[in-house]
Amino acid sequence: MRTKVIYALSIFAALMLVRNLYVIFLGLPDEKDQGAIYRIIFFHVPSWFTSFAMFIVSGVASGLYLWKGRQRNDELAVAATEVGTVFVAIGLATGMIWARIIWGIWWTWDARLTWALITWLIYAGYLMLRRGIDDPTARARLSAVFNMFAFTSVMITYKAIEWWRTQHPAPVLTIRGADGLMDPLMERMLYLNWLPMLALAVVLVMIRMRQEGEQREIESLRRMAHAL
Amino acid sequence: MFLRQVWTVCAKDLRSELRTKEALNSSLAFALTILLLFSFAFDPGADQIQEISGGLLWMSYAFAGALILNRSFARELFNDCLDALIFSPVPGAALFLGKALASFVLLLIVELACLPVFGIFYNVAWADRFGWHLFVLVLASWGLTVVGTMFSALTVNLRMRELMLPMLLYPMMIPALMSAMHLTTVLMSGQAIGGDHWIWVRLLIGIDIIFTALAVALVEVVLVG
Repeated sequence: MRTKVIYALSIFAALMLVRNLYVIFLGLPDEKDQGAIYRIIFFHVPSWFTSFAMFIVSGVASGLYLWKGRQRNDELAVAATEVGTVFVAIGLATGMIWARIIWGIWWTWDARLTWALITWLIYAGYLMLRRGIDDPTARARLSAVFNMFAFTSVMITYKAIEWWRTQHPAPVLTIRGADGLMDPLMERMLYLNWLPMLALAVVLVMIRMRQEGEQREIESLRRMAHAL
Repeated sequence: MFLRQVWTVCAKDLRSELRTKEALNSSLAFALTILLLFSFAFDPGADQIQEISGGLLWMSYAFAGALILNRSFARELFNDCLDALIFSPVPGAALFLGKALASFVLLLIVELACLPVFGIFYNVAWADRFGWHLFVLVLASWGLTVVGTMFSALTVNLRMRELMLPMLLYPMMIPALMSAMHLTTVLMSGQAIGGDHWIWVRLLIGIDIIFTALAVALVEVVLVG
């Protein structure tokens, strides 16, 4: 069943992405001020949405683990964090490419960019912390606690463009209260492109979770073999 | 009762620290060394010094603080003191707050000793608006100590404790550190805190409250499991 879901979601993501790429490059016109480069927003913003979604899932899973102590929640937390970290890297990279064209520089130390980088570093720390702990139960417990702290940085990153006057563009989406700043067709495309990314993320999380579960099983079998 | 337990743990930590002075001396010497090293990185007499003074000062505080925080739980490893503390009838939250408070006092001592030294060596006005300086120091140091003590507890049993703690700690310290750097720079350049700067004060207070609440709620899980 799980394998079928993984295949179905992958095919959906691939088809949707091809269709979206066609519309993005051939259907939608260039932006008035930015020209062709604005199209990167259809990948930049959805990958940030995806990474935030992953971190929320990971935070909730870690919270549930601390509450109930089920191993599956720990597996979900680590899988979601790994995928989220990858999407943060995509978000940072696409943002940098855009900045190089529009601002003329790859990077600037404004609040949004800085917080995004901090978030990435913190979650990389989470993944490294897991590698440093051998005992599976202690690993799950301690990394879940760390994850609770890590989530605050996601909140700050999300709010940074409202709290500070940043060089990063202020909110343009209607869901963030900016009405009419973006063409409705373009905004719709942005959400439409979020779907395949989210599907891809879910696929990756499912594969990673299975792997994590199998690894745990192998570890316990090995311990059993040693005990005998 | 709870406050008495917090105080007992805090007093114990402070007493053992003041008898050996191992963390205090090394972190103070380390902070001063960093301040010295900064003077090679740029011209210490330049006018721009005021614009980066907050950053310099807090960088050295953060590095020095990590030394103190690293010791916070690690000092209990000898003779299995940590197990004894966990088995004692003191709740985890009291143990944590006591240890955090002790580290906070030590960090504050180091910071207050470094501030005039920095002012003299780099010719910045540290004594103006001293009340505000103290306000920023207390808020930011508490933020640093809460995260630091928590992560000290988190990493105490790890193989690579000395490596892991700074790697986890510094990114997490950044919210408090960033606000403190900004506010201190504002103060050092002789301005008052107001208008746009309030966001940083609010962030600092928010961070303190969130991190303290999280730490107090979760420390039991970390220590006992």
